[in-house]
Amino acid sequence: MDTFTIAGKTFTSRLIVGTGKYSSPSVMVKAHDASGAEMITVAVRRVNISDRSKESLLDYIDTSKYFILPNTAGCYTADEAVRTARLGREAGLSNWVKLEVIGDEKTLFPDNEALIEATRILVREDFVVLPYTNDDPVACRKLEDAGAAAVMPLGAPIGSGLGIQNPNNIRIIREFSRVPVIVDAGVGTASDAALAMELGADAVLMNTAIAGAQNPVAMAEAMNLAVRAGRLAYLSGRIPRKMYANASSPVEGLVGR
Amino acid sequence: MTIILNGDRHEVAGTRESISVSELLEQLSIDARRVAVEHNLVVLRRAAFDETVVREGDQIEIVNFVGGG
Repeated sequence: MDTFTIAGKTFTSRLIVGTGKYSSPSVMVKAHDASGAEMITVAVRRVNISDRSKESLLDYIDTSKYFILPNTAGCYTADEAVRTARLGREAGLSNWVKLEVIGDEKTLFPDNEALIEATRILVREDFVVLPYTNDDPVACRKLEDAGAAAVMPLGAPIGSGLGIQNPNNIRIIREFSRVPVIVDAGVGTASDAALAMELGADAVLMNTAIAGAQNPVAMAEAMNLAVRAGRLAYLSGRIPRKMYANASSPVEGLVGR
Repeated sequence: MTIILNGDRHEVAGTRESISVSELLEQLSIDARRVAVEHNLVVLRRAAFDETVVREGDQIEIVNFVGGG
């Protein structure tokens, strides 16, 4: 079976999905089910002290079925991200973290320098670090050297739905990396996810493309199929691109010649 | 006793000069199994909630998982 492994843990599904922005918990649960994902991301935030009526997100997630990946979304310094990762480890069930250190509010592009620093610190503390990074092969190499268990280059800005903006960089990152490459962020629709997989990505991580779709459950199924189709196409070895036509039907035996 | 809880001043109920993290969570009706706690910038193991003592002016962060990508 075609599987991929991060830090010794093997996954069958190459789609990783988020838990944010859903209209209701029940839609989220159905979408997760339709996505076929085995790993889902969550954020770490302060408990609302004054209003304790809200149910916990974990009430809706079957942790025997899904592997929980806490993120450090919204952190702007290495220090904040490290603190958040440590809290996520204690709140959760593993030492894995989707590491985000944001460098710019408008684009949510990562701060590479701080990201590498935070990766080093967390690797020393025995975290399995999956950093969300720019689609920059050099940054990815540095993260790998810092001990990242996978690299997660963006396809486009978070939540933008613009699709893979720099396909060749994703391809180069895959070629250079010795750890799994997960395209994280920027997917808008199924073809974007398929393209990421056709470029050789080991997996795709998305949230808004599913949660924000008019029909999130159907879109989750579309993404499930797209990731599988893209992976299969990648493994199948596509034909080379040619500049001109090459007839599919025989050129001999034509009637009237 | 006043502490800084999740960034805000918080008056701990009762007249004692200290309280354990476990007691604080109970007072706040928070299920200890669903949260992580940071005490003066040190993240606590869940097993340490009983023995960790919170005093006047201490900084406490209590977090849980919410939806995110």
